[in-house]
Amino acid sequence: MSEILDLSSFVERSEPGRARITLAVDGVSCAGCIRKIEDGLQKLAGIVDARLNFTQRRLAVEWRDCETNPERIIAALEQIGYRAYPFAPERIAAEDKYETKWLLRCLAVAGFAAMNVMLLSVSLWAGNVSDMTRETRDLFHWLSALIALPAAAYAGQPFFKSAWRAVRSRQLNMDVPITVGVTLALSLSLYETATHAIHAYFDSAIMLLFFLLCGRYLDQATRQKTRQFAGNLASFKAEFAHRFGPRGELTRVPASVLQPDDIILVQPGQAVPADGVIVSGYSELDQNLVTGETIPQAGEPGVLVYAGAINCSDALKVKVVAAGNSTLLQEIERLLLRATETKSHTIRLADRAARLYAPIVHLTAATTAMGWLLAGASLHDAIVTAVAVLIITCPCAIALAIPTVQVVAAGRLFRAGIILNSADAIEKLATIDTIVFDKTGTLTLPEAVADGSSIDPNVLERAARLALSSHHPLAAALARCARERIPYTGVVEESGSGVHGTIEGREARLGSALFCGVVEQLANEADSVASTIFFTHAGRVAAIPIRQRLRPDALAVAQALIARSLDLIILSGDRSKAVEPVATQLGITRWRAGLNPAEKINAIEKLKSRGRRVLMIGDGLNDAPALAAATVSISPITAAQLTQARADALFLGEYLAPVLDAIAISRRARSLMQQNLGLAIIYNVLAVPIAVAGMVTPLIAAAAMSGSSILVTLNALRGRLGRRPNFVHETGSSPTQAAKRVAHAKARVAEDAPEDLVLKDTGAARHRLEFVQ
Amino acid sequence: MNVLIYLVPMALLLGLTGLLGFMWTLRTNQYDDLDGAALRILPDDDINGD
Repeated sequence: MSEILDLSSFVERSEPGRARITLAVDGVSCAGCIRKIEDGLQKLAGIVDARLNFTQRRLAVEWRDCETNPERIIAALEQIGYRAYPFAPERIAAEDKYETKWLLRCLAVAGFAAMNVMLLSVSLWAGNVSDMTRETRDLFHWLSALIALPAAAYAGQPFFKSAWRAVRSRQLNMDVPITVGVTLALSLSLYETATHAIHAYFDSAIMLLFFLLCGRYLDQATRQKTRQFAGNLASFKAEFAHRFGPRGELTRVPASVLQPDDIILVQPGQAVPADGVIVSGYSELDQNLVTGETIPQAGEPGVLVYAGAINCSDALKVKVVAAGNSTLLQEIERLLLRATETKSHTIRLADRAARLYAPIVHLTAATTAMGWLLAGASLHDAIVTAVAVLIITCPCAIALAIPTVQVVAAGRLFRAGIILNSADAIEKLATIDTIVFDKTGTLTLPEAVADGSSIDPNVLERAARLALSSHHPLAAALARCARERIPYTGVVEESGSGVHGTIEGREARLGSALFCGVVEQLANEADSVASTIFFTHAGRVAAIPIRQRLRPDALAVAQALIARSLDLIILSGDRSKAVEPVATQLGITRWRAGLNPAEKINAIEKLKSRGRRVLMIGDGLNDAPALAAATVSISPITAAQLTQARADALFLGEYLAPVLDAIAISRRARSLMQQNLGLAIIYNVLAVPIAVAGMVTPLIAAAAMSGSSILVTLNALRGRLGRRPNFVHETGSSPTQAAKRVAHAKARVAEDAPEDLVLKDTGAARHRLEFVQ
Repeated sequence: MNVLIYLVPMALLLGLTGLLGFMWTLRTNQYDDLDGAALRILPDDDINGD
């Protein structure tokens, strides 16, 4: 590589002379890889430390600044056989990691305290029914207080802080009753201990914190895991730009460091890394990802090009106008803003429950105290009973009811090849009744393929091998057909028109009709839906259509979705000639073509105003506002970066089946959440009368609380049973593998009965999600 | 019951040692790469000689 690669923006320098970089490494799969990578790097001059984090597939390298550089490290890794991508650690990730650790520390403290207080409490319960003296009881109570009070002050912080935030913004969340309950239980117990009473509730308070922290930690850990994975994927596909330096030298820099007014070179076949104006050069631009249009647009000096457009034929010099990866038309930005504002604010199930629950709990406790006072009980007894009501109703089960289900569902979705972007995606996915598809890149694969069915295989092979020498995206589609991947020698590319060379002593040409000298008549006969590439050799002419190919399981998935009584609609930015065959093939009766982003939003909002709950699946930049406007949205991982950021979830791989899985898993998760809330309510209905009657001893409180928590957790774990999603990430998927998957998708359509609890493990189902190759 | 005077503090001390141990493992990032730790014990190249 003659060009200089500049990775300095990724390097961290903590102490003088030392530098560090984090790399996301691709293809790590076993113990041998760890050794190969670490030992291989240690041999390199200047390396101080290299450590591979196998869980995250990330490699941290530290080196002496003057002796080597990141470019050499990446080259060395490539020699060992691994591709490494510089990974920019984001600030959010660091905060995330800190939060997870903090929760784990709180959990450890609460666990320690709960165990020791329980140790004392069990002795107390036993002693109270046998011969314990008052002095020993007091000693045990004071010891419990000594452990529980500092532990609760430390481990309760996540709840206290969140409750305080909620109260300050005049709202109620689940943490408010938790905080009130724990504080009251602790202060009352302290008072009871000081007055030599028989019962104290230190154990209930600290156990409550422990259970709640379990739920909260699990929730946080799952989210961190998906985010880490998404971060790796992002760095695998991070784009590089060729930037001209002040002296005209060309440097390869990450697209994220581009500044306005930088001059960049966009080579044929490359995506435009940032919005800019063409300074020099003439080319065709494939705006597919930007507008959904599959026919290339002309690019000439003065034309504005958008990030994500593919340069088809000739190198362009572009002056950057807006930097950063997520640059786009102002129009789309404005639409996005509007769509986000009008997006109906869905209240999450847990918050809805909390809003109902908190006032009821406090009201019940207050009524209990009043009731007992009116009935002539002493102030002390009335307060003790009220606190017992608070403790027994503390939303232990409710607080675990939803996070545990979410953790289980997120894990299953992850294995099915779906990465969640937003926390409430599961709940929203479960309730949708209409699915809106974009066509290009969503129902069809992002890459076009050559349709060689009507062409002599020998001719096709020659054309494909000739295409290997071209940069044009259409030629690239044809080149994928080549069995022997060796380009012919002496082939010349004429930018914008095609390639020509000599095959077996006769001239061969591949390119546009004009370039190949094909008569107009034949050119007109060519398929009007597909783009056509022409090949002439030894006097014979072949017209090879390059088509958008449907995702292999699109038909099966579409049928399965219709069978689940979901309405399917296609809203595409492409021509109706291109949309109609796709719709007909998939049996989708409602479709509209040639829509611009604003029309897409309007269509979705019209659906929503009719009470529909819309899932939008799209990948183009033109879909981003529509994704934001829909109730919930999914993007393929190949989508434009901005679009991905708008989507509630992303799916991996070349199959559409993850969409089906996402809906099935979410529906199941939602029903489990409702069941769990139901269980928690039943528990309260049974326990509250006992508490109101003033019959709750610490023993009953402890048993009831752990009993209900374990019950909802076990119920949530049922989400792991049932049909396993069978996502296999294709690492050069073989035809048999593909056939198997299509067969499986079809089989799933057949057994489209409600989810059963039988564990069906097919061979493929055992595959775990592999990191993308 | 006098035995409690030293048994209870001992029990608490043991528990506290465990807690501090856990905090130390957390501070030294020992949970960052659980899958890697499981694999790193497999190679035998750290055994010299035979």
